[in-house]
Amino acid sequence: MRDVVIIGYGQTKFGELWESSFRDIIVEAGVKAIEDANIDGKDLDAIYVGNMSGGLFIGQEHISSLIADYAGLTPLPCTRVEAACASGSLALRSAYLSVASGHHEVVLVGGVEKMTDVVDATSAIATAADQEWEAFFGATFPSLYAMMARRYMYQYGLTLEELSMWSVIAHDHGYRNPYAQFRFRTTLEQVMKAPPVAEPLTLMHCSPVSDGAAALIVCDAERAKEFVPKEEMIYIRASTQASDTISLHSRESITTLKAAKVASEKAYKMAGITPDKIDVAEVHDCFAINGLILLEDLGFCKKGEAGKVVAQEKIRIECEDFVTVNPSGGLKAAGHALGATGIRQVGEIYWQLKGDKNCKDRQAVIKHGYGITANVGGSGGTVCIHVLSNNRNR
Amino acid sequence: MVVRSWRHIKERYCLIGTRCKTCGRIFFPSRNICPYCRRRGELEDYKLSGRGKVYSYSVVHVPPKELEMIAPYVIAIVELEEGPRITTQIDCKPEEVYIGMPVEVVFRRIKEDGEEGIIHYGYKFKPVENQ
Repeated sequence: MRDVVIIGYGQTKFGELWESSFRDIIVEAGVKAIEDANIDGKDLDAIYVGNMSGGLFIGQEHISSLIADYAGLTPLPCTRVEAACASGSLALRSAYLSVASGHHEVVLVGGVEKMTDVVDATSAIATAADQEWEAFFGATFPSLYAMMARRYMYQYGLTLEELSMWSVIAHDHGYRNPYAQFRFRTTLEQVMKAPPVAEPLTLMHCSPVSDGAAALIVCDAERAKEFVPKEEMIYIRASTQASDTISLHSRESITTLKAAKVASEKAYKMAGITPDKIDVAEVHDCFAINGLILLEDLGFCKKGEAGKVVAQEKIRIECEDFVTVNPSGGLKAAGHALGATGIRQVGEIYWQLKGDKNCKDRQAVIKHGYGITANVGGSGGTVCIHVLSNNRNR
Repeated sequence: MVVRSWRHIKERYCLIGTRCKTCGRIFFPSRNICPYCRRRGELEDYKLSGRGKVYSYSVVHVPPKELEMIAPYVIAIVELEEGPRITTQIDCKPEEVYIGMPVEVVFRRIKEDGEEGIIHYGYKFKPVENQ
């Protein structure tokens, strides 16, 4: 397997982008990534794109052709990858494998979702769950995570205050991110007293409905020297993925994501590191409870302890004795444009490890040079992990 | 979508799942392959008793369009006494539900496909009386 590096990243702002269409945003992100990588369209060998549901959100499938077309990149092969909210990182994993195997050298990887053109977003999002045995009976997507939260509270004594602190910190980070959907701070009281969505979760424990696109340029490490100086390359040290049952009720435990545990353990092994070497993480907090559960499943704290870690505000950018979590604001504050999220998470870590000017107001302390992303599809049916490093020597 | 509903009558109306003869595990909804025994497994129909306990729950305040009329409603994962867990509504007031609550299956109208579409029926669970 060849070494694979990221040499460019670009994204649109996430949010309610009423003025922009699906094609506008993916093209904007793609062009930014190409410019950032200092490459030309003719250097590209292929395109991969993550998108959960063009069909339900904008009534458009076959978006692979659409994107190659509107990016002016035909006849390059373009492949759309789908795994609900994990579509983006699965597209990156496909690109990674194609470069690591030696088949491609320079690949554009995008993620995109245009969610605000549809009236009943709740039903569209629920297709990430089991339609016949969860959604049919009235389970909404937030209610599945709410049941995880309720059970977690029952088993580990998590309080609503501890859970709510996650959102307070997320907004504090997102406040410093110009691309974030929500650039305002919030308080514990505001989070807890927000309108209920699915008890015990309020609106302020939930990530929003967002439009957004993000794109990366992935390249063979040798070939990359043509385009950027070595110190600007960020290595992909691990790319792993695991599956679990599509229905939450079929799992032995609903207070852990087994797929996240399996995929992250593999990822640490592949990168040759332990969790304590991670400086910065972007985790999939579609709902606050999932942020807490992922802290445990990625090995940053023990089972049942995440509530205390969050309440002590250890995950903040300013806290140096613990991994910085979601400096972008995470899905909660930066926004959650489903198919784009996995790419945006990796993009944030790319910026953080490079010390890029784009994250100057939210730069985490980089001691070991490693970052991780955890992107989750559905209620945990798919989890995809990437470990990135700015360190050329393993 | 008549056939899509009709295909599930056995499960949704009668709570019939499958049991693997090789390992004895019971599955609901039914499966074509036992995930533990795979090719060595042999599945047969298995009727569940319909009794169980609330494993976790939530009260849904933001429902999908077709359930707007009944919100807020209680959604839960119920652990059946034979082992499998299923997602279901609990026919009770939101303030009544708790983890561990004994419940039993009831046959209910779940939703309709618009004014002229078919009516979908299936199971809900209700608190066990005289507990």
